[in-house]
Formats: sequence, structure tokens, C-alpha cells
Amino acid sequence: MAYRKTVASFVAAAALLGTSTASYAATDIAWWHAMGGRLGEVVVDIANGYNADQDACKITPVFKGTYEETLTAGIAAFRAGEQPNILQVFDAGAATIIGAKGAVIPAQDILENAGVGFDIEDYIDGVRYFYADSDGKMIGMPFNSSTPILYYNVDALKKAGVEAPKTWEEFQEIAPKLKEAGYVPLAQSHLPWIFTENFKSRHNLQFATNNNGYDGSKDTTLVFGEPIKNHFSAVKGWLDDGLFGYYGTGWGDNQTPFNEGKVAMWLGSSGSFGGISKTVDFPFSATYLPYWDAVDGAGTGTFIGGAALFSMSGKSDEENKCVASFFEYLTSPEVQYMWHKETGYVPITNAAYDMAKKDGYYESTPAAEVGIKQLTLPGGEWTKGYRMGFYVQIRDVMNREYGKLMSGETTVEDAFATIEADGNKLLERFSKTTGN
Amino acid sequence: MVPYMLLLPQLAIVTIFFLWPAAEAIQSSFYLEDPFGFGSTFVGLDNFTDMLTSTDYGRVARFTAVFTFFVTFLSLGFALLLAVKADKVLRGASTYKTLLMWVYAVAPPVAGLIGVLLFDQHVGPMVDLFAMFGWKMQIGVNYFDTSFAMIVTAVWKQIPVNFIFFLSGLQGISKSVQEAASIDCRSGFRRFWTVTFPLLAPTGFFLLIINITYAFFDTFGIVDVIVKNEPGNNPVTLVYKVYLDGFRGNDLGGSSAQSVILMALVFILTIIQFRLIERRVHYT
Repeated sequence: MAYRKTVASFVAAAALLGTSTASYAATDIAWWHAMGGRLGEVVVDIANGYNADQDACKITPVFKGTYEETLTAGIAAFRAGEQPNILQVFDAGAATIIGAKGAVIPAQDILENAGVGFDIEDYIDGVRYFYADSDGKMIGMPFNSSTPILYYNVDALKKAGVEAPKTWEEFQEIAPKLKEAGYVPLAQSHLPWIFTENFKSRHNLQFATNNNGYDGSKDTTLVFGEPIKNHFSAVKGWLDDGLFGYYGTGWGDNQTPFNEGKVAMWLGSSGSFGGISKTVDFPFSATYLPYWDAVDGAGTGTFIGGAALFSMSGKSDEENKCVASFFEYLTSPEVQYMWHKETGYVPITNAAYDMAKKDGYYESTPAAEVGIKQLTLPGGEWTKGYRMGFYVQIRDVMNREYGKLMSGETTVEDAFATIEADGNKLLERFSKTTGN
Repeated sequence: MVPYMLLLPQLAIVTIFFLWPAAEAIQSSFYLEDPFGFGSTFVGLDNFTDMLTSTDYGRVARFTAVFTFFVTFLSLGFALLLAVKADKVLRGASTYKTLLMWVYAVAPPVAGLIGVLLFDQHVGPMVDLFAMFGWKMQIGVNYFDTSFAMIVTAVWKQIPVNFIFFLSGLQGISKSVQEAASIDCRSGFRRFWTVTFPLLAPTGFFLLIINITYAFFDTFGIVDVIVKNEPGNNPVTLVYKVYLDGFRGNDLGGSSAQSVILMALVFILTIIQFRLIERRVHYT
């Protein structure tokens, strides 16, 4: 009897479910993301805001773990035909998803097909072309966008009687004074991102052949010249002289000593802003990523890190329209400003940036503007980004060699020779995955 | 026919969950494939040669060998010592044994997490302890220090399993044999090596295989938590590298080639163990 009752209630529930969706008629779309903790809460807020804003579509955000786990989950789902409508993919995975021709519908197409206006000029400089193809068509919709900036402990700098450095030459002058004042002058959290990719952009230097890899994966090779090798020689020298702290590959391991007030200056993400302001008990501020004045043409802007939203292919027109309308909502100045304020990630459109300025946000918290100002610095030939496959492994190779360099197991010359050899081999392997 | 019918479920499970994936892995180890499944190139043995000629693979393989040796040797050694001592405890024996066993219930990632907390370069109590002896540990920066933390955590996690088996092995040795031995020989140390240890050999052999497998595969969680998903210049095991390249880096071909190598390795290891070592083990 009990069994029959259960079955009956199941049938009733199923019937109810069927009728409710039928009568409501909202199109469901899924959004897989990698935003944990506080960021995840804001993602849910955005989704709820969108669902409340209109009733034709209903978006459901699903947290899938780290960036790598989210991409892998998306790939596995795609191969099983169960892909979400929107997949968040991080900077290092961009080549993988863009290289798979047919896996995604370009953000620009999905917006234009749905009749929503699209103008790439609406997006701020450092954001515009990072997730675009070589023709400048936007493939991924930039979402959480950040760029490396220099945070500093105001008390520490005051105690040492110095100003935050604009260039690495200035840093070399002030670092001994900070050390004397009892601080480790500098730490950073991501050598490949800050001291390699963005080092290239900040100095307007080529990072890879084939237009930094945008023109195709075939025969793309890494380019390392004297400036970056000199930079790492200098960094290793600072480390040996106690002017620089290296605490491993982990992001948090390097940020912790800054939060604890042991390290005076820390290179991190503009998106770290929200977290730091909640953690530290000393006044802090931020400024641009320093550059070498000695390098010709240095001082150009950086490009974004973080992740973008990709619209997966193989979905109905109805669902794609919903994706377009969600993108439209997401890029609206109000939502971008909210996201910017809550998380510290930069607003991706000029309109949102203007809104934040008009609202007087940067007068009360000037450090929040550093990232976006740095992204809008004059660009150059090599400042729009890079596109390389198996880039997660290439970053691993960099981290491995840089780690060996810091612990004295290798030299700058050998480290870069290995990064070039192993990296180029990975690039060559990647170019074969597309079947050409 | 009936016996085969009865075997069928087992055979089906073996085929679906072991043979089929193994065959897939072997097949994809000869291709370089776009992870989304749009294209692939047949590259013959390139995945294998690329792997075996890379400097990194040799480094990982060497670490795996050293790691496996230390984890197996130390966890068996400590467990045997603890079991022999626990076997002699008369009062409060069960409390004592339970205390030695509870770590068994800790899942590998949790064990890794405990290891990370103990050895954290900023707040770890173990780091403070070693600093008193003048050893400035830096987990995640120094290769040796990180290896040390990994081995300690892996050994700590494995001792209870070995302890349980050794203890029951010891309790299975008949009292009469032990009494006869103590009449013949007064030295407890010699009695242990000439009588008790050989009688424990079947248990020991079984544990040896279990421990090598543990160090090879089951320490994944510990390695993952200690390197925090960022290998850098930290030591990692072969299995962890399969994961890094395949799941984190989406290099399906390269990762498959590595797992095929691993499969062959385990196969060879098992043959050696049964051919060479088992001959010297006496089952009574």
C-alpha cells in the first residue's frame, strides 16, 4: 500500500512539474562558473537579478570548482551532448575552447543574431581583444576581468620614508630602505601572469610568433628576449639580497605575508581589492605595475586576466536568444558597476566605468580605480593579449623553472632555454590536436 | 553453461570498468586530440617519445620511485614496530590499539590538509619545531622540504592499516611455537628475526604489494592538497602528472600515453613481486 502511495505521489509530482513549466513557459538556461566563496554569492545575485528583471528566460548558475575543473567539466559535458548554455573559461584555457572550431558561438554573433546591438568600441581597451579572434571578432564575453597591480602598505612606506615606485629602477632605490625598516620590500603571487605575460604587455614586447599566437596555432613559438631575462636576473638578485620574498607557486602563500604586514608591497590582482580591504588592519593603497624605464617603449598598458563567458553551440535558437539577453543584462552599466564594487574586478564597458566615476566611487576608494586605469593606458602592438594552446601546461613549465631559479637550482639562461624548449614542444603538440 | 552465467556479472563489470577504459586509453595514446572532440591527428608513438624524452618526466619518475620506497619502507617499519609493542601490552590493550588505528579513518585529502596545516610555511607548528633545530622549512618553495612533508603525511596515513594487519598476523602465531622458541633462545631480538618475522612473511608480502600500490596511486589526494593544484617546482607523482596533463591541461593523448606507461609498470612490478619475492614466502 505504502509503495503504491509513493508511486502515485511521484506521478503527481511529475505531472505538476510538467504543467508548471508549460504554463510558466520560461526558457531555462544553465551557466557553469568557477566563482567560489563571496564571488559565487555575487554570481547568484546577478542571476537572481536577471530572472527578476524579465520572465522569458530563467538562468541557473552552477558552481563547478576551480577554473580548470570547470573547463574540464564543460568539455566532458559537451562530448556527452549535455553542455551548459554558458561556460566560464579562464584566460589560460581560452585557446583550448576557441581552437575547437564549432564548440562555441562567438559572443558577437549571438548578440547580433538576437538583434541586440554590439559595438566592440563599447568595451574598455585592455578588455576588448583578449578573447577575440585574429579578425577582432569577440568570441568570449569578458566576465571577471582583472589585471596585476601593486598594492602597498601605507604605514610601511611612511616608516621607511619612501613613495610607491613607478618603475623598477625606483624600486631598486627604495627597497633597501624598506628592508632597513624591517619589511620584506616586495612579493608577488603569479610569476607567469605578472612577471611574464603582463611584463611583455607593460613593455610592449612580443610574447610569441604568429601575432602572439592569435593568427593560428601552427608554428607558433615563444619569444624571450633580453628584457625579460634581465628582469629575472634582477628579481633573483633582489631575492638573494632580501629585497624580494618568494613563497612558492601558491597565490595565497605569497599574499599572506603582505596581509600580515611582513611584506611592504605585493603584486596581485586588481580583483584582490575586496578581499584585502576585508582582511588587513593597516591602511593600504595601490598603484600601477612597475616597469623598466630602461626598456624602449615601456609603460604601455596591461591586458586582462580572469575569465570570460562562452556561449556553447548545439543549443536551440530560443535558448541562444536567452543567452544574448543575459549578456546584454550582464554588460549593462548598473550590473557591471555592482560587480566592480562588490568584487574588485574591473567594469568591462566604458559606460560602466563612467557610471562609477560619476557616482564618486573612486573619490572614496581611489585604489579601486588603479586596475581599470592601467588597462586604459596607451596600448601598443603587443598589448592585446596572447593566444596559446596547452597554456595551462606552459604556465606550469614557467612556474617550475622560475621556482628552480628562485631556489638556485638553475640559472636565468637555462631556465628560459627550458621554458622555450618545453613550451614550444607543447605548442607544436597543441597545433596537432585540431587535426590539421 | 550455468557456471559461465554466474560469472557473467563479474566479467561484465571487469569489461566495462577495466578492460574497455584501458583499451580506450591505449587507443588515444596514439592520437593528439582536440578535447572537445572536433579533430584528432594520429601521431604514432610521438606521445610516448615526447613524454620519455622530456626532462620533467624523468624527474617525476625518479621522485615517484624515491617516494614509493620511503613510504613503503617507513610505514611498514613503523607499523611492525608498533604492532610488536602493542602485542605485548597487557593492560588497556584495546584502548591502546584503537588509538593507533584511528588515523585509518582519515581520508587522504583530509590527511593532506592536516599535513598542509602542520607544515604551512607561515603558521605550521612543525615548521616552528624544526626551526628550533635550525632547519628553515619552506613547503612549496624547497623541493626537499616539500618531499619530506609529503612522505611524512603519506606514512602517517598508512601506518594504521599496516598496524592492523601486522597485529592480527602476530596474534595468529601460535603460543606453543613462541614458547618453544623462548626455551631455545633467550634473546627476544633474535627470536623475533628467526621465528616471528618469517611467520609474519605472508602478511608482510601482502602488505608490501598493498603499500606500493598505495604510494603509487592512493597518495593522490595528499599530493594534490600539498601542492595546492599548482605543481610549480614541487615534487609530484606519476599518477598526479597523468591528472595534471589530462584533466587540468586537457592533453588527452599525452595523458593517455602516461597512463599506458603506468599500466605497463604496474604489470611488470606485479610479475616481479610474485615471481621473485613470493618464492621466499612460506605459507603455513
